[in-house]
Amino acid sequence: MIEQTADVVVIGGGPAGLAAAISAKQHRANRVIVLDRNQWLGGILPQCIHDGFGVEELGVSMTGPEYAETYIEMAKSQGIMFLTETMVLRFNEALEIIAVNKKGILKLKAKVIILATGCREKTRWYSMIPGTRPSGIYTAGVTQALINLYNIMPGKKVVILGSGDVGLIMARRLKFEGAQVMGVVEFLPYASGLPRNVVQCLDDFDIPLYLNHTITYIAGKERLEKVTIQQVDHTMTPIPGTEKQIACDTLLLSLGLIPENELAKTIGVEIDDHTGGPLVNQRLETTIPGVFACGNCLQVYDTVDMLSFDAKKTGQYAAEYFIRKKAIGQNSKKGLIVHAGVGVRYVVPQRISTYGTIHFTLRVDKPRGATTLLLTAGKKEVLKKKLLGVNPVSMIRIDANISAEIFMAANELEVTLCDN
Amino acid sequence: MTIEKEITCIICPIGCKIIIKKEGERLNILKGNKCKKGIEYARNEIFDPRRMLTSLIRVEGGEWPLVSVKSTDPVPKDKIFTILKEIHNTTIKAPIKSQQVILKNVANTGINIITTRTVHLLKNNNFFYKR
Ligand SMILES: Cc1cc2nc3c(=O)[nH]c(=O)nc-3n(C[C@H](O)[C@H](O)[C@H](O)COP(=O)(O)OP(=O)(O)OC[C@H]3O[C@@H](n4cnc5c(N)ncnc54)[C@H](O)[C@@H]3O)c2cc1C
Repeated sequence: MIEQTADVVVIGGGPAGLAAAISAKQHRANRVIVLDRNQWLGGILPQCIHDGFGVEELGVSMTGPEYAETYIEMAKSQGIMFLTETMVLRFNEALEIIAVNKKGILKLKAKVIILATGCREKTRWYSMIPGTRPSGIYTAGVTQALINLYNIMPGKKVVILGSGDVGLIMARRLKFEGAQVMGVVEFLPYASGLPRNVVQCLDDFDIPLYLNHTITYIAGKERLEKVTIQQVDHTMTPIPGTEKQIACDTLLLSLGLIPENELAKTIGVEIDDHTGGPLVNQRLETTIPGVFACGNCLQVYDTVDMLSFDAKKTGQYAAEYFIRKKAIGQNSKKGLIVHAGVGVRYVVPQRISTYGTIHFTLRVDKPRGATTLLLTAGKKEVLKKKLLGVNPVSMIRIDANISAEIFMAANELEVTLCDN
Repeated sequence: MTIEKEITCIICPIGCKIIIKKEGERLNILKGNKCKKGIEYARNEIFDPRRMLTSLIRVEGGEWPLVSVKSTDPVPKDKIFTILKEIHNTTIKAPIKSQQVILKNVANTGINIITTRTVHLLKNNNFFYKR
């Protein structure tokens, strides 16, 4: 067994892992090692060949591979160590990591661990679509990898279920590669991807978007032959008599992403049911001391810019955890719990262990017009912010100052929406 | 003739809904844009709609079978499929650096097609895909 020690071990070398590693190094962590099971760095970015990355963060619109290479070069120039083709199998509360690669089993002892394992896609299983089990059913991200990395075309006549960004972007990719895209089927009354992708991936090519529709049957013996789409009512129940059949040889599922935390769960890192990611405090530390989280395994981000911004914070906090442990100070009081109240689906962080300015990210439960966001501690109002319009597609970011007084007096904070 | 129209800006992920008013050749941006880029986008969308184009070009002898590419500027919307055809008919040899010009003045637009990633030479044991 190969044994090594490190200050910071980052699990996952996607944009989140790279940003966290760079930031940890800048905050005086010495030995920073990034582990990734892929043969390459950059996570899923090399397959996201479209542009639109980095606009908010760097002021230029880049493609996924360009954004990834910018970070990879930055990380390499700072002396961060990388082990690719290295799969982390488990770790424990003593921060010992077991990984495996071609050389054998690797044991790493870290001072802090940063989880940056990204997310995975929901499969047919999640939507329980009845029918046969033919070939030709793929998740959108897998299709993206097949076409953009491996030069493999999965089919010719395609239906896409789910209007998330990956699905929308794949509609255009397939069209560019000569496939017939029969339509995108979405059970919500609005597209779940970004508006820009609805315009430039569907509208531009007259690809139909079937809102308030779902797929209720998959047919085909060996290869997919057709799907049945059906309108749904406001309770998402298919309406009898609205069935329509679409002939196709390929079905792409773009049903959303689930944070990848199987590894974290094995040692008992507590998971928030709403984000699917670890419960964290304001320093993005999980419920296991010394284990931090960032990127899409913490919560599914809208854009890589915001993800990198927060991941840099994670890197900083992780380095400070062992470098200035005393200065950070843990309060005698256990902390405040942050609740998602009326109109709010989730809030990160889920708990606060000290007072000061806290950076919150949250998502609403459904689209609304003008509304007011309220942050309250018991009956006391901490922050009030008017919002012009909200949508679950767009993450909301706010900074709030939690005073020592509020921190000591309250047990919980609540974020709610209050329509004007 | 006066037209009032809502245009969804695609410059960044925010997707501002910009309300415009067109009177003959005169265009007024009424509201909705959160930044200056939106004004230019809305103007172009009415008079000369363009899109950034990203695709892939076949690679010989590389660790990957393809290299991702993009247009240096947005291309006219109605030229997209002509340009894609040129892209699809091209094969290049590894090694490839990012930002290398592959096709110049594509479809007479004055716009170039450049690579967006590095592709190293295929060495033993170093391929990322089954051939
Ligand atoms: C189709 C698509 C389009 C997108 N479009 C945009 C866009 O236009 N603009 C934008 O800003 N963002 C976009 N995004 C989002 C952006 O790409 C992601 O938010 C970002 O890549 C997530 O970064 P990450 O580092 O959290 O995860 P990932 O990139 O998934 O990286 C996680 C890494 O962890 C590794 N890993 C996991 N488990 C282990 C283990 N046990 N051992 C070792 N390694 C492990 C994986 O191999 C992977 O490399 C898009 C995403 C997709 C899928």
